[in-house]
Amino acid sequence: MASESAQKRRHLRFEIFRYNPEDQESTPQLQSFELDETPYMSLFLALNQIREKQDPSLQFDFACRSAICGSCAMMVNGRPSLACRTLTEDLPELIRLHPLPAFALIGDLSVDTGTWFRAMNERVGAWIHEQQAFDPNAREEPMNDDLAQAIYEGDRCIECGCCVAGCGIANIQPEFYGAAGLNRIARFMMDPRDKREAGDWFEVVSSDEGVFACVGLMACHDICPKELPLLEVHAYLRRRMLVSRIR
Amino acid sequence: MEHIETTDVLVIGGGLAGERCAIEAVSAGQDVVILSVVPPRRSHSCAAQGGMQAALGNCIKAGGDSPDVHFLDTVRGSDWGADQEVARMFAEEAPIAARELAHMGVPWTRVRPGMNRYFIKGQRVEIDEPAEKAGLIMHRDFGGTAKWRACYAAAGTGHALLYAVDSQVVRLGIDVRDRMEVVALIHEGGRCWGAVARCLRTGRHRAFLARATVIATGGFGRIYGQYTTNATINEGTGASVALDTGIVPLGNMEAIQFHPTVLVPSGILITEGCRGDGGYLLDKNMQRFMVEAEPDKQELASRDVVSRHMMQCMKDGRGVDTPAGQHLWLDLRHLGEKHLTTKLREVWDICRDFVGLNPAKDLIPVRPTQHYSMGGVRVNKDGHAYGMAGLFAAGEAACWDMHGFNRLGGNSLAETIVAGRIVGRSVAKFAAGSSLSVNTALALSCVKDAERRAGDWLGRSGSGPGVYAIRDAIAETMIKRVGIFRDGNELEQAVAELKQSLARVDQAVLRSKVPGMNPELSFALRLKGMARLALVTAMGALARTESRGAHFRRDYPLRDDAGWLNRTLVRWPRDAAEPSFSYEPVGLIDLPPGHRGYGSAERIEMTVPITAYNDRVADGQNAQGRQASDEPIGSRMKWGEH
Ligand code: SF4
Ligand code: SF4
Ligand code: FES
Repeated sequence: MASESAQKRRHLRFEIFRYNPEDQESTPQLQSFELDETPYMSLFLALNQIREKQDPSLQFDFACRSAICGSCAMMVNGRPSLACRTLTEDLPELIRLHPLPAFALIGDLSVDTGTWFRAMNERVGAWIHEQQAFDPNAREEPMNDDLAQAIYEGDRCIECGCCVAGCGIANIQPEFYGAAGLNRIARFMMDPRDKREAGDWFEVVSSDEGVFACVGLMACHDICPKELPLLEVHAYLRRRMLVSRIR
Repeated sequence: MEHIETTDVLVIGGGLAGERCAIEAVSAGQDVVILSVVPPRRSHSCAAQGGMQAALGNCIKAGGDSPDVHFLDTVRGSDWGADQEVARMFAEEAPIAARELAHMGVPWTRVRPGMNRYFIKGQRVEIDEPAEKAGLIMHRDFGGTAKWRACYAAAGTGHALLYAVDSQVVRLGIDVRDRMEVVALIHEGGRCWGAVARCLRTGRHRAFLARATVIATGGFGRIYGQYTTNATINEGTGASVALDTGIVPLGNMEAIQFHPTVLVPSGILITEGCRGDGGYLLDKNMQRFMVEAEPDKQELASRDVVSRHMMQCMKDGRGVDTPAGQHLWLDLRHLGEKHLTTKLREVWDICRDFVGLNPAKDLIPVRPTQHYSMGGVRVNKDGHAYGMAGLFAAGEAACWDMHGFNRLGGNSLAETIVAGRIVGRSVAKFAAGSSLSVNTALALSCVKDAERRAGDWLGRSGSGPGVYAIRDAIAETMIKRVGIFRDGNELEQAVAELKQSLARVDQAVLRSKVPGMNPELSFALRLKGMARLALVTAMGALARTESRGAHFRRDYPLRDDAGWLNRTLVRWPRDAAEPSFSYEPVGLIDLPPGHRGYGSAERIEMTVPITAYNDRVADGQNAQGRQASDEPIGSRMKWGEH
């Protein structure tokens, strides 16, 4: 199971963006660190080693360290990536780490994705708009399992922000929902429990922040670490909006 | 005053239990603030994979299921350590909770009518699911259950639940403060008035005053360092601040669950759903050792039992040796790529991303690893903390106590929602019936205390130990001596080592004094609490001279219902050098202690009749500080109806 490259011990060099806005003496800069590679070394392990053994002031965010909570996205050699599931063996010996762009910086590699996603979810109304209150005595409404799986597919977004950071539009237009927002819209649009009609959706989707702001070059699709089918999401939304426009 | 905010209800923790509780309180008209160390969708609830137990009985293999059967499974799973009234309330409400989640938008896997292929006990089986159940919530098999009961969304159930519940929090506009870590409770004369929190963006402290406060901070697996499936944020903050009050007891801290199938070497959970869906455990000779060990339940005995068999198997030389230690194999190859990439998709991804394996072709290296804390802040059936009016707890942070000494898989997700509903109701009621009558001077002095503690750390200099070295020492003690197999000598050694580690916290020195949140300082502020949690866990384990559920003593291998049919309570009186232990009856008994149906059948029988035991329950628990409840004790029991 251990791959060849993991067995070869390399000496890694890190260049890490540093800036602590709470420290008046801090200025944005790159700091270098060196580390011996170990088998299956993830950036979670590497960054914690650097913090614990070399510079305890280094800020970054990890929680699950298993690619499910979305905390740890950062620019790894220029590409938005989940640091916890990035193994050093898949990277060259020089590893450059920057915080995600498009989000407010908290410090070093830590950015405020939480505030961005809460605002996005509020703006697109990312919850089931049902008509009836929950009846604790009623059996659940049946749903076809294929449909349930299709909804689950879109529900899998972990709000890591990689697609937003990698999107040219989201970087210059802070109001743009981003691929994650469009995916969220599609997820609720296909859910029969959500009773919003074409007209309700039209306002959300066709605004300047919506699907027509997107230039469709699909950087997001290649970047998404959860492999969400963002290409299909965009196509689905455009189709739905064109249909409702014609009506 | 910029250092003080007020609200009706303060919820500490933005995972499933905390958020569901908050929704309940807001729906009852209370103002709520949620404090969370991470954006709520990043809470550890999102990492639950395989399912949520709820007795809907929708598929053929769930036929005949009911809350009664779920209750029985839960009590047996707990090795009779659970409070049976709580287990009863829980089982009754779990189906409602699962349906409520469907209403909130959870994409539950649904029943597919017609021929379905399953793997059951090593056999390929075809079952015709009837058309009238088409599209209802589907179930999968899990360990220690008589029926298929776990409702699921692939292997991302926790994620799907958390996003649905948080979507309601967003909808209701509930005020969530992320990157806020509670460092102390504000209390006076046995009444809690909120908490002091430290901002993990700026390092500044602030008091939140509230009429009711809820601890929902999850478990404390990180006292086992890297030897846990828990997220880095599961450092037991809620249990720590409760222990710091000197009044509120923690229950059953020695009841620590080890999950059987955790990926080697990365320590990432591989869901029980793998075995539920027909996966095997193999030794190095490709033998299914669980078939010999547990002919009836095989791989699907309870987690404590499977983990012990796995450890024994490795001790017997049947494990695979690697530089990262011994492991066994999880075999999913026969389930096929389609099943693995849909119903177990997250497992597929984890194997690919973290060890470069393809579960359709490769065996998965696994070994048991710390996973869940059955113990926590001891509360009554309303979720109200012993000895402290206005303080509540729910979810893994609480010892409610439906899990006793072993939690069944899928019962944790179910607990978060059910407890969120039930405790949320009692929180709202309590808050509505009380007024905020606290002196702001108390809040300010609590903020000052917290600032002084941070200042002490920053002011210390010299050549003391580093905080991470102490953390590692604690973790090594815990995994070596307070693990799956325990004995008196090892535990004595553990207690001695942990006392040393605790003492070293006061000598430790920071390497970094940067302003702001300062990650090293942030960790240092948790370290004493973690050391104390580790110590009370080890001391509780040393004192409990029997084996029950996940607490297994080689020197006392039998469950002892004559001497130990009780719950451990531990308090740490203010300024005391040592914690103090006491015991209370587990609760009213409906299902009499017996054989679980898996694991050892031998035990020491009760010496008092059950009626006599039950007669003492209320007095025993009242003596320990249980809060009065609106309903008399036992009102939710269904005596002998099953
Ligand atoms: S297609 Fe391009 S513009 Fe549109 S969301 Fe994706 S990255 Fe952004
Ligand atoms: S769509 Fe993908 S890249 Fe974007 S936030 Fe969701 S998981 Fe991350
Ligand atoms: S730490 Fe959770 S996704 Fe990386």
